[in-house]
Amino acid sequence: MHAAVITFPGTNRDGDIARALKQAGAKVTHAWHADPELPAGTDLAVLPGGFAYGDYMRTGAIAARANIMDAVRAHAAKGGYVLGVCNGFQIACEAGLLPGILMRNAGLKFVCRMQHLKVGRTDTVFSSGYTAGQVIKVCIAHGEGNYVCDDETLTRLENENRVAFRYCDAKGDISKENPNGSRNAIAGIYSENLRVLGMMPHPENLIETLVGGTDGKGLFAGLAAA
Amino acid sequence: MKARVIVTLKNGVLDPQGKAIEGALKSLSLEGVGSVRQGKVFDIEVETQDKSRAEALLKQACEKLLANTVVENYRIEVVG
Repeated sequence: MHAAVITFPGTNRDGDIARALKQAGAKVTHAWHADPELPAGTDLAVLPGGFAYGDYMRTGAIAARANIMDAVRAHAAKGGYVLGVCNGFQIACEAGLLPGILMRNAGLKFVCRMQHLKVGRTDTVFSSGYTAGQVIKVCIAHGEGNYVCDDETLTRLENENRVAFRYCDAKGDISKENPNGSRNAIAGIYSENLRVLGMMPHPENLIETLVGGTDGKGLFAGLAAA
Repeated sequence: MKARVIVTLKNGVLDPQGKAIEGALKSLSLEGVGSVRQGKVFDIEVETQDKSRAEALLKQACEKLLANTVVENYRIEVVG
């Protein structure tokens, strides 16, 4: 697996996610927002967390129109893998790679804390390191994570089993501890072909026991092995 | 010519910022404030002098960037 980690002005989790991918055994190269192409041989384009373009206008909106995003859209259209985390999820939605939008948290506060997630399907390259229904503990850090889409899109996502992760409590109850008001407690979704994943939580920050846990490792292990 | 683009949230879309502003206005004892929805205004100078061209250009600008039509509506006013 060759991952290209894209840096936009204001991205700040690029180093973390590159490290998580490398630790899992993936080859990692870096790309810049103004680049017209992804590095040759890219299997996975990574949109990291941060505050691209200062979150001006709408989170992810300006980054989604950056030069390199045409290459990312072309990569996705050819069936290439794309992972968007936090601000990267917002960018992926704005770029039309995933449906819906991330709105201001319902409680208006920036939420930065540990958070349990319930894993959805496990037959994707992103989730093969987990078991179905597994409850994992990772961290969240966002002000705009409130997933919104129209009813028709929500029905499609559910019917097509495209919800990758949902917020839940330690026991896996998804009716508890929704940190931002997301519809159906959605924390992450897949594209139709299951090759694009967008998620608000940060698995890349939970890969060392030293900093609170290793539940994020499963995602990168599955990816690196693909 | 000068134009103004107004982007507002669609009905039914939760607007926590609008709610907070509404609460703040009510706390100022301003009698008669019902509800508040927050939106955005873009004042844009366009090079053309042709009104319909300006409108067509700004419509594209809205669809491509200024509004996310999943949750927002937009209105274009060419001031002249």
